[in-house]
Amino acid sequence: MSVARTWRTRRQRYSLVGERCEYCHNAIFPPRDVCPHCAEPAQKEYTMSGRGTVYSYTTVFDPPAGFEAYAPYPVALVKLDEGPMVTAQLTDLDPDDVRIGMPVEMVTRKLSEQGDEGVITYSYKFRERLERQAVAA
Amino acid sequence: MSLENGISLMKPLRPVGIVGYGAYVPRYRLPASEVARVWSGRDAELPIVEKAVAGLDEDTATMSIEAARNALARAGVDPKRIRAVWVGSESHPYAVKPTSTIVAEALDIVPLTQAADWEFACKAGTEAMQAAIAFVGSGMADYALSIGMDTAQGRPGDALEYTAAAGGAAMLLGPAEQSLALIEASLSYVTDTPDFWRRAHAHYPSHGQRFTGEPAYFHHVISAAEMMLEGMGRTAADYRYAVLHQPNSKFPQRAAKQLGFRKEQIETGLLAPIIGNTYAGSSLIGLTAVLDEAQPGDRVLVVSFGSGAGSDAFSLEITGAITTAQRQALTTKEYIERRSEIDYATYARYRGKMLMK
Amino acid sequence: MRPVYIVGIGQTPVGEQWERSLRHIAHDAVIPALRDAGVEQVDALYVGNMLSGELVGQEHVGALVADFVGLRGVEAYKIEAACGSGGAAMRTGVMAVAGGLHDVVVVAGVEKMTDTIGKDTTAGLAMAADQEFEAAEGVSFVALNALLMRRYMYEFDVPHSAFGHFAVNAHHNATGNPNAMFPKAITLDTYRKATMISDPINLMDSSPICDGAAAVVLASEEVARTMHNGRRPIRIAASTVATDSLAVHDRRDPMQLEAAWISSRKAYQQAGVTLDDIDLFELHDAFTIMAALSLEACGYAERGRGVRLAEEGEITIEGRVPVATMGGLKARGHPVGATGVYQIVEATLQLQGLAGRNQVRDANIAMTQNIGGSGATVATHILVGE
Repeated sequence: MSVARTWRTRRQRYSLVGERCEYCHNAIFPPRDVCPHCAEPAQKEYTMSGRGTVYSYTTVFDPPAGFEAYAPYPVALVKLDEGPMVTAQLTDLDPDDVRIGMPVEMVTRKLSEQGDEGVITYSYKFRERLERQAVAA
Repeated sequence: MSLENGISLMKPLRPVGIVGYGAYVPRYRLPASEVARVWSGRDAELPIVEKAVAGLDEDTATMSIEAARNALARAGVDPKRIRAVWVGSESHPYAVKPTSTIVAEALDIVPLTQAADWEFACKAGTEAMQAAIAFVGSGMADYALSIGMDTAQGRPGDALEYTAAAGGAAMLLGPAEQSLALIEASLSYVTDTPDFWRRAHAHYPSHGQRFTGEPAYFHHVISAAEMMLEGMGRTAADYRYAVLHQPNSKFPQRAAKQLGFRKEQIETGLLAPIIGNTYAGSSLIGLTAVLDEAQPGDRVLVVSFGSGAGSDAFSLEITGAITTAQRQALTTKEYIERRSEIDYATYARYRGKMLMK
Repeated sequence: MRPVYIVGIGQTPVGEQWERSLRHIAHDAVIPALRDAGVEQVDALYVGNMLSGELVGQEHVGALVADFVGLRGVEAYKIEAACGSGGAAMRTGVMAVAGGLHDVVVVAGVEKMTDTIGKDTTAGLAMAADQEFEAAEGVSFVALNALLMRRYMYEFDVPHSAFGHFAVNAHHNATGNPNAMFPKAITLDTYRKATMISDPINLMDSSPICDGAAAVVLASEEVARTMHNGRRPIRIAASTVATDSLAVHDRRDPMQLEAAWISSRKAYQQAGVTLDDIDLFELHDAFTIMAALSLEACGYAERGRGVRLAEEGEITIEGRVPVATMGGLKARGHPVGATGVYQIVEATLQLQGLAGRNQVRDANIAMTQNIGGSGATVATHILVGE
């Protein structure tokens, strides 16, 4: 990804900063200038919790240029608890361990880099939600 | 060795403490026996059991972000009130361009903040913590975030490859009255001792083999620890826990013994045998393991070591706020138990040790 | 609006055309179409193409092709709507003639996909998706379809093997198409054993990367009446395009191709037909899952039941809804920007009784549906033989 684009989308990529529509109150990610639900403009910033569940998943064995170093890697449609769906890689798991409905949480990981000398793009990925035993106990 | 010429321990103008802490250990483990299988061919004694290895998509920035998120979850502090993000590491993803800005942006600490990367081999993280204490203690900031994190490099086949590991911790420093651990005093002890180094543009570090022991690790760690005890007017017995920098299993145990610490005082924070040497993260993640279990009133002595060489020593007293804070994020142990063993070939791929062009 | 007629068709064999470049392939379809129509000059040339810029390094394809085929001087440009480019170009041509701005136009679809190596072609195809929030995450176009297919299988409890009937049908029909890339029959066993490319999508769920071009000449009724090539006049009874969110994750219901629903309903209305009137359906089987979703969106099956049509043999040439009658995207091949025009050419052959052993009996009305991306642009056409 280009330097400018990486920079422009950094708050989405690092922290899932989206919007909540002031008219219909739906959460929106990624942010838009017009609400996809009610077509009203100018939305209010809203940060997603990063928690969600796997809506669907697959594995990329033949990656597009720029992702060769990471293949094979699992990708998923993740339904965020707030409502929006995001397309993202899954990480820290074996492809065989994924299932639809699996609770996941957002982590910030290296997404791609422009060769050895280019900038590194960090972005959201999702991993199986780690449960805190301390809370359960 | 003793405090000379009336020079005392370091204490800030206003009392400072740790208000939040967080650990991070990546998921993958490389058993030392795998390194021995590939490189040694001998059934020799191994320096640790296994080490933590970062995944393909992890680096010091991503691991710092997760540790810092844990620290903020425990502190419950508005990120905008944090006025410094300082990351100590010897594996910053960029030679020029701060890791700290990535962490600051990811935690929404920007824009009114200091951000810089620190380098002092394995004590870069505690060096950042000293600065954070000063920053808060002087009144310039209410909160400052210091991180020690590494994806430590080790030359294939070298003794360090058995131990060089990934992980670390984040410490959020703030006013003592809000702290879960009060900083009673600190001390830094530094000389020019080249026991381990990595030249600019070199991929792997070099070291002086046995020279890394007596004149380097032991001299600095023990000097700093003894001065701290002397300055505080205490002995080892006055501390519930001690955490010493841990490049392997043996060094910290030997140093602790020499300082008069018993096994029970050091075992909680001794993680090198099961996660390896996380370099700049090593002593700080030992501390997070202790904080996960400590009780109000416990005292903790922390002594780091960075090659080149120097040690930072901290004397802490745990406060009543620890109990609630412990439950607000994943514990060090929970990260360590999240374990997936890999073989040497996978490790070589994950750590970029294969010639790709 | 004026009625629009198809007065000439042309197509190249689909495959890896190592010796022909983008312009040559376009030539190989446009010239036969012009000859077929018996015209030398046209008012405009609309070229459907998706990836000339990314894969060939060539934009400005309208003027390039116009000059190369001897039409220097005419109005010409490229129409792009990802894999729906051909259908969108067709719609553009129809608008020009129906609106009375032009009397005779050529609509071509052309794609050259083999000048690059695999990972670059893969990255190019991913441009059909949302670049900033789908492709940027390392999700290939195949993977997006795999996400849909996995969900479909889960939500409607459909086993992967059930989709095999789409592939078997497409390959069977390709054996009767001299221009098909894979004129080779396969069995359900072949399907089950195919290499996995992005689970659950295997090689036999997926259309191939290839080169190809197709072209049609469109004319107003007045001009069409002056042309006598002895073949049945084909009228374009409906031409519609509808859109949906570019990204799958932004869909109201990813299991429903909303643009296909809108575009098909508008088409039925325009043509004044019902599903029962349609004798064959050239659908967009870029992946078997797309065939199922397309059948459902167009009203041939309930949600989650599209695969059943294939299982029950309804999609064969003798069936109730013949699809991919000349091999479809799966076996004729899917030179992305050209596909929408291939569908029109093949439907025309069917309506003119020129489909050889793949002929659908008594074919009078044909529908084609070309899908851009994972469903963001859908162009539907209904052709009627007069």
